[in-house]
This record gives sequence, structure tokens and C-alpha cells, in this order.
Amino acid sequence: MVQLTLPKNSQPTKGKTWPKPSGANVREFHIYRFDPDSGDNPRIDTFFVDLDDCGPMVLDALLYIKDKIDPTLTLRRSCREGICGSCAMNVGGMNTLACTKGMDEFDGPIAVYPLPHMPVVKDLVPDLTNFYAQHRSIEPWLKTKSPEPQAEWLQAREDREKLDGLYECILCACCSTSCPSYWWNGDRYLGPAVLLQAYRWLIDSRDEATGERLDDLEDPFRLYRCHTIMNCTNTCPKGLNPAKAIGEIKKMMVERRV
Amino acid sequence: MSYRTPYSRVTGLGSAKEGTGHFWTQRMTAVANVPLMLFLVWLVVSLIGADRAQMLETFSNPVITAFTILTVVSASIHMRLGLQVVIEDYVQAEGSKLVLILLNTFFSYGVAAVAVVSLLKLSFGG
Repeated sequence: MVQLTLPKNSQPTKGKTWPKPSGANVREFHIYRFDPDSGDNPRIDTFFVDLDDCGPMVLDALLYIKDKIDPTLTLRRSCREGICGSCAMNVGGMNTLACTKGMDEFDGPIAVYPLPHMPVVKDLVPDLTNFYAQHRSIEPWLKTKSPEPQAEWLQAREDREKLDGLYECILCACCSTSCPSYWWNGDRYLGPAVLLQAYRWLIDSRDEATGERLDDLEDPFRLYRCHTIMNCTNTCPKGLNPAKAIGEIKKMMVERRV
Repeated sequence: MSYRTPYSRVTGLGSAKEGTGHFWTQRMTAVANVPLMLFLVWLVVSLIGADRAQMLETFSNPVITAFTILTVVSASIHMRLGLQVVIEDYVQAEGSKLVLILLNTFFSYGVAAVAVVSLLKLSFGG
């Protein structure tokens, strides 16, 4: 059966409460900590961030903590402007990018956890190996059989517009790791992010492998584990709609047999 | 410890190249069930308090019997497909999954067969 509770050695315990800085403008953070080398259970540490000395975003607060309170706090981050997808994590119960999420969007203490239901490497860093391999498996590149044109493959303006709302995906994995179907069957279900990417190539007017792509997706687990739960669309920090993309793939599947 | 690459694990046994039939049949039976269930509710309400003679008379009408059979068949197919999805979602052990899918199929077809034969018996005079 699906595991509805965490194994004993993965259940978080109450962690350390770090000193509170003086000053009135302070924000409380509850942050998931896990050190694979210690052999201890994960713990939830409490930190206090001086907002007068810190930028407005959740990522600013995490970097404040790393720089000024506990340098062992481990997280991924790179672009700090919502384009690399590195700092995807669960903030205040929603998967999002820490860099584009303002602290003022939350009331009270802010809870920060790694992306749900993924193996944790350390603290806020999840292991996304399976996710990346799934992305590779849909062959996310242009596949053609016609002779290469002298210049570029041409695309009509209206065909190019069909890629809007799809090409913006940064593969942060917020949607896939918010999906209960992906939690239960993530080894076989491709998940919303990868299926959105698959659809991006399915409707690319220049691509000549649409049939093969649909063949590879037509599977009770790879595609049809999607039950339109919509967590993916609700949580996408880029405002995209993976659920709609999956619906469109299902429509193509029916279209080619009815 | 396994040295299989992540890509090899993800591609696994390949695509089953089916699932659309299941998806489409579930939608078709869902659409069919809307009028059929309204019909069934109407039928049950109209037969409240009916004695055996009235029942026999009602089901001697082939239209009533045919649509009741359609309701049973459509609902059973829909139930089987829906329960199969629940089993595939939540039961991860391959053995248990296989057994439950078998039992689900037997149960759904069994229920449908008993209901259809009973209706035919009633229709042909009990």
C-alpha cells in the first residue's frame, strides 16, 4: 500500500531554537533540517530573521540565516529571479520558488520544507535524479525526418503562439512534487512537469515525431495516472497550467483513434 | 544496491501502448450513466409500494427491461474501470495489485450477470 505516514527514521523532531535578534521587526522561520551524516531524524529548527537587515523575499531570509546564523543550512539557489528553478521548496505549505515569494505574503511564522515526497539529500535539497531522467525520457528536442532546410525550420506565427504557456516552464518540479499521483507512483507516472514538456513537443509544428511521442506516452501509468487533481496548476510559480497540457495530450490520444 | 541508471529505471519495460481505451470507455459510460441513472431513479420511485403483480407487469415492457439492463451493464463497466484506477493508484505490491484487479473484474461481471439474468427472468414472467 501507499505509505501514508513517514517511516520512523524520517519523522521530524523538534529542533534547535536559535537566538532571537534584538529589535522589533523580526520574522520567525521553522525550517526542515536533515543531516545524512548524523544518523539523526530530521528536525525543525526555529530561526529569527531581522527584517531591517534582510531583503523582502523568502530566499533573502534563507540566505540571511546561512550568512549570519547557521552556515550549515543547505539549499539550492542560483538566479534569484525565478528563471533557474533551483530554489524550489515548500514554503508555508505550498511548493514555490523561494526567490519570487515575498515574506509579506505570509502571516505568522513561515515553515520551509524541501519539495514533498522526494528523497532528501540534505536540509532543503531534494534528490531530483528520477525527475530529470523522466524529462530525458520524453526526448525533449526537435525530431525531424524531412531533409534539413538550408536555414532554420520555419514556423508560422500562429503555430509559434501554441508554445506560449509551455516554453516558460523552468523544470523547478514544484508541480510534480505537489501531485498525489506522482507521490504514489512517481517511479512510473511521468508527472505534470514532464507531461507539460512532452506536450510542448507534441504541438510544435516543426516536429515530425508526434505519433511516436504519443505511442511512448500511451500507458496507464506514464500518462493516465493524472486524475485532474489540479495541485500542479495551483502551485506553479510561473503561472502555467500543466493540467491543461495533460488534458490536451489525452484529447490527442482519443482523437487519433475515434 | 542497484547499478541501473536512472534513465533505465524510468524507461523500464517501455510503454504499454494502451490506456486510452480504458480512459475513453470510462468517459462514455459516465455520459451514458447520467440519463440511465435518472431513468433508474424514476423507475424505483414509480415502483414504491408495488406488489409482485405490478412488478411483473412493469418488466414485461421490453423498453423498461432493456434500459434497466443497460443501466446495470453501463454502471458495472464504469465501476470496474473506476475501481481498477483506485487499485493501481494505491496498491504498490505487484502481487496484491494483480489479485485485486482480478477480484474486481470477477466481482463487477458477477454482479452484472446476476442482475441481467434476474431482469430477464422477471421480464419473461418470473
